[in-house]
Amino acid sequence: MADTVSSADAPALLGAKGYPAALEGIARRAEAFVIPLGALVVGMALFSLFIALVGKSPVLLYETMWRGGFGSWFSIQNSLSRAAPLLLAALCVALPARLGLVVIGGEGAIVLGGVSAAAMGVALSGAPSFIVIVAMGVAGLAAGGIWIGAVGALRHYRAINETISSLLMAYIAIALMNQLVEGPLRDPASLNKPSTQPLANIYRIGNIPGMEVHWGLAVGVVACVLSWVLIEKTRWGFAARIAGGNVRAAQVQGLAVGPLIVGFTALAGGFAGLAGMLEVAAVQGSANGSLAASYGYTGIFVAFLARHNPLAIIPVAILLGGIDASGGLIQRRMDLPDAAVLVLQGMLFIVILLSETLYGRVKAFNPDLWRRAS
Amino acid sequence: MDATGIGLWGVPLAILGGAIRVSTPFIFVSLGEAITERSGRINLGLEGTLVFGAMTAYAVAVMTNSPWLGLLAAAAAGLCFGLFHGWICKFPKVNDIAIGIALMLFGSGLAFFFGKPFIKPKAPNLPAIPFGAWSDIPQVQAALDVNVLFLIGAALSLVLWWAFRNTRAGLIVRVVGDSSDAARAMGLDPNTVRLIATGVGGALAGIGGAYLSLYYPGSWTERISSGQGLMAVALVIFARWNPLGCFASALLFGGAGALGPALQSVGVTQGYYLFYAAPYILTLIIMIATSSPTRSLAGAPGELSITK
Repeated sequence: MADTVSSADAPALLGAKGYPAALEGIARRAEAFVIPLGALVVGMALFSLFIALVGKSPVLLYETMWRGGFGSWFSIQNSLSRAAPLLLAALCVALPARLGLVVIGGEGAIVLGGVSAAAMGVALSGAPSFIVIVAMGVAGLAAGGIWIGAVGALRHYRAINETISSLLMAYIAIALMNQLVEGPLRDPASLNKPSTQPLANIYRIGNIPGMEVHWGLAVGVVACVLSWVLIEKTRWGFAARIAGGNVRAAQVQGLAVGPLIVGFTALAGGFAGLAGMLEVAAVQGSANGSLAASYGYTGIFVAFLARHNPLAIIPVAILLGGIDASGGLIQRRMDLPDAAVLVLQGMLFIVILLSETLYGRVKAFNPDLWRRAS
Repeated sequence: MDATGIGLWGVPLAILGGAIRVSTPFIFVSLGEAITERSGRINLGLEGTLVFGAMTAYAVAVMTNSPWLGLLAAAAAGLCFGLFHGWICKFPKVNDIAIGIALMLFGSGLAFFFGKPFIKPKAPNLPAIPFGAWSDIPQVQAALDVNVLFLIGAALSLVLWWAFRNTRAGLIVRVVGDSSDAARAMGLDPNTVRLIATGVGGALAGIGGAYLSLYYPGSWTERISSGQGLMAVALVIFARWNPLGCFASALLFGGAGALGPALQSVGVTQGYYLFYAAPYILTLIIMIATSSPTRSLAGAPGELSITK
């Protein structure tokens, strides 16, 4: 872009071709909202077409989805409950992504975080509930952090691709959980569904007052806000963004890229482990096979849709929670397979990724292109 | 599974049989992925292609009563998925790994959506050749019952190994995979070559899926794949992008996967679930042992995003 004029050369109040400078700012900012929203609309339109092709009414479908996801206080609470683990699972993808890493094995950290938390809860039974719950949280954070931190360490110190290793480790984690839940940690009373011993009620995490949504939602939102502060407002976040842009440049600048990568991946895994702990302490009451409920994989989608911005993860996770929550109603009301939700997610995901190609190339959002046209 | 008749010999025999049975989908998916990756792209969506191929093959086999038509339909469906991936990835700034994850979701979603009515009916299976017929020991017969697709896969890996070295098409794929600039200088269009390579890779993954639903385990369920499509990506790296290596490591994977059930059959039940993870642990260990931060992987295509 040799022919572009930097804004410093342009007159202070007037941009290119006499456009007010303020308009340029608005155009540049609008890009970050209009492109993803537009992609969302296009994806939904394509899904309407798909639904029409299989002989159902798209209008009825979206009406049902709205009713099942957000139409009533009951369905809103249902959506928020489903969003809670997605917030933390998405952070497990978004934080490493800022360093240029694609970590897709958050499921493993969720599962191990849940098992560690359950084991901690059983081991400490009898202690005051506050201490036990905090210890369970720490156990979940630590297990997930070690697991994904190891992925980061392998990446930096052994040059092993993080996408592949995190995925392998997710399968290993699930096998490890099955082994523990079937073996040393098994509650003999759990016959049909092997589980760890159930947590006493005082060690369970309850609902946010006035809602049928457990505290995990609040934890997830706080984690997203803290992650945003970490990335945007601290020097570690600044260093991470530099390393994510160009590792060589970061190393030349003297940044300790290794500890940065291990630290960010460990934190990311810690959040996913915390999601597992919350599933155990707030939903399941014990660790069992239900921990591998593919929140880790939906989290990948949430993070990419939010373009790895921790604050954007909050609305996206709630939207996805709503789509997820409406699956049952779609199945019952419209006689469609529940996999319809999966098809919709896949379509949205593809269109959103495809829309990445538009950034900086749509004339309306890029004042540099206005100038070039003149 | 009763191994008492032949005692502990049942274990290696069961592992051999398991290696042959379990490895076949790995062979096809990893050969497909090897072609795609040699051209410089990575397709993680093969997992979705595999599941969709399994469903298509089963559905077509149920409707036409011919497993071979099912196989063909699965390959065609896989080709479409592969071409779709190849087409999307030609746009600038589109991440091929992320598109793969999206296609994985989309392919599995479509397979479950259309596959619902086919969970109940029974489809005809692909034929197997009883190489163990000379023996009257049932375990030997079971282990040496080899499906034709395994033999086709073995032949295909030889052909591909030869073709990458000795044919014009093989050279074109390798050039495009090693340097887009060099390929353009030769008058080749990297996007077209990658489109075709990804398409062929998808078709092979579809065939791998057909094996799952039409031979082993031989039915269509939503849990038919245990991540074979994703494992194949690791397997290709493990095999250093060499088709013969893909075949050998697929066998190794199959054998490792058969270790748990084989040991269980002779009464070793400790650590059953950990044996289940043996292929994954094995891959990780070998990846750790063979990579180094100072040099790039031997044989890695230069344009491949995961090795840069």
